[in-house]
Amino acid sequence: MTMLIFERSGQGRRLSLLPETPVDVEQYIPGECLRRQDLDLPQLSENDISRHYTELAKRSHGVNDGFYPLGSCTMKYNPKLNEEMAASAGFCDIHPLQPLDTVQGCLQVMADAQKYLAEITGMDAVSLQPGAGAHGEFTGLLLIKAYLRSLGQDGRTKIIVPDSAHGTNPASAAMAGFSVINVPSDPQGDVDLAALKEAVGEDTAALMLTNPNTLGRFDKNILQITQIVHAAGGLCYYDGANLNAVVGLVRPGDMGFDVVHLNLHKTFSTPHGGGGPGSGPVGCKSFLAPFLPGPLAAEEPGGSYGWHLPVQCIGAVKAFYGNFLVAVKALSYILTLGADGLAAAATQAVLNANYLMKQLSGSYDMACDGLCMHEFVMSLEKLKQETGVSAMDVAKAILDCHMYPPTMYFPLIVHEALMVEPTETESKETLDQAAQAYLEIYRRAFSDPESLHNAPCGTVIGRVDEVGAARNPRLKYGD
Amino acid sequence: MQIPQDLQYTKTHEWVKFNEDGSKAKVGITDFAQNQMGDIVFITLPEVGDSVAAEDTLTDFESVKAVSDIYSPVSGDICAVNEDLADAPELLNSDPYAAWIVELENLGETAELLSAAAYQAYCQEQEEA
Repeated sequence: MTMLIFERSGQGRRLSLLPETPVDVEQYIPGECLRRQDLDLPQLSENDISRHYTELAKRSHGVNDGFYPLGSCTMKYNPKLNEEMAASAGFCDIHPLQPLDTVQGCLQVMADAQKYLAEITGMDAVSLQPGAGAHGEFTGLLLIKAYLRSLGQDGRTKIIVPDSAHGTNPASAAMAGFSVINVPSDPQGDVDLAALKEAVGEDTAALMLTNPNTLGRFDKNILQITQIVHAAGGLCYYDGANLNAVVGLVRPGDMGFDVVHLNLHKTFSTPHGGGGPGSGPVGCKSFLAPFLPGPLAAEEPGGSYGWHLPVQCIGAVKAFYGNFLVAVKALSYILTLGADGLAAAATQAVLNANYLMKQLSGSYDMACDGLCMHEFVMSLEKLKQETGVSAMDVAKAILDCHMYPPTMYFPLIVHEALMVEPTETESKETLDQAAQAYLEIYRRAFSDPESLHNAPCGTVIGRVDEVGAARNPRLKYGD
Repeated sequence: MQIPQDLQYTKTHEWVKFNEDGSKAKVGITDFAQNQMGDIVFITLPEVGDSVAAEDTLTDFESVKAVSDIYSPVSGDICAVNEDLADAPELLNSDPYAAWIVELENLGETAELLSAAAYQAYCQEQEEA
């Protein structure tokens, strides 16, 4: 077990990275509130700290270490230019409350990001405030709720969610005070239109949908689907988790959706792992715009930028303006690629997924036939029946190939599911290596299944006892 | 796969056992359900006194793979809860037909209930699908 940084502490060791504060603290903080005792912080030299975190970093696997095809998460490469932009002093050395005429550039970044994201999604307005995807879902549902209430339609209390949906959809709906109705999907993961027609009614608040769906297929009935919901008086919510497959090609607004959330940390190449932080902007059609959480950045007559608070604003969903620097990185990405570049990225993501799927489909069973979008789902049910090797075993064995495993056991409608999303930022060579690794594991499932039950063997930590950890969690260090 | 003859089953993989005079019913999940879910690590136990309608969500449980709902085979009021499952959810894996989850009284209408033979056929159908 790696030592905690506190255990590495040695009395009197120190380094001098932090300058003395120029502020006379005692002038501002009442004496009775001032700490008299030193904080119990670890005491280390810079060398100790550097080695500690380097050791931890070596134990992890990120996009910078190798292939990371975690389905539904779009673990694409994060361009270093984004970081350089976000590290600019004008974006970093500022305070959210300083006078507006001193941060005009920051407001312009937000206004531009709002404008481009609205254009990309086919929406009329965007708020950058929500902190990540599920937070965006929650915010979007609060918009819907506020809108329905403003019409006196409080009786619309149900959110329709297909059984292939991300688990966050029903969870967000419940959080926002709605009840959830599940509708079944067909074997391609598409919405069952007959079941949808039966599910909608006077109590329908909205449908939440991911398109491409969680099986990696574009639901070709999308216009009919949104029309069915609208005809019943409900709204349509687009979960932007899978936007990477269609960004620059198709717009949720043109599919008939009224509200969307985007995951900047997926489609727009901002960091995803390790806390990101994420960002889940929400876009909507004009009739919902008065309810958006704010403030929003807006260009004012005369060309300067200011804050605009929507008139029936649902309130703030996060402090100040959301994760501002993430918006800087996303804008950097959008401006670097341009409209054609975004579309090319989406096309390449789809091509990469189909290339890898084709390599594997001679051995592994795919959850559905035909071409996929940006990701594909395999079912290892037959392999498990024949060899005893499960989706979990294959995923763990992949770790020994210095690759990150695919998403496991999702979507729930596929048994022994593995969901692979290579993204557009991987080369053909990487995809070929991945295909070889998967095919080799497939062969081993028949020749030496026992070795796969014990995988991974070459990682710092081997197969962890997930059941034991869940049933008897040790939540305190040193227990 | 075990499917005891003296129980009745739902298509959502719960079992129900009525007492002799039909006034009370114990509910659990089937061997098929626990096998599909894998190692169960947690179950939310409902409260005594809660009411539930047939086919509505009775509670939910969690395995290393997923969280799943348990639907009530029959309408009624919860008169007893198997508290042992709070500390030992693995009983649902090791002995699913002894590990009853709730007992219901004031029974009303039922979901579509299958005999052991019909449920076995249904599970086979599911596995081949």
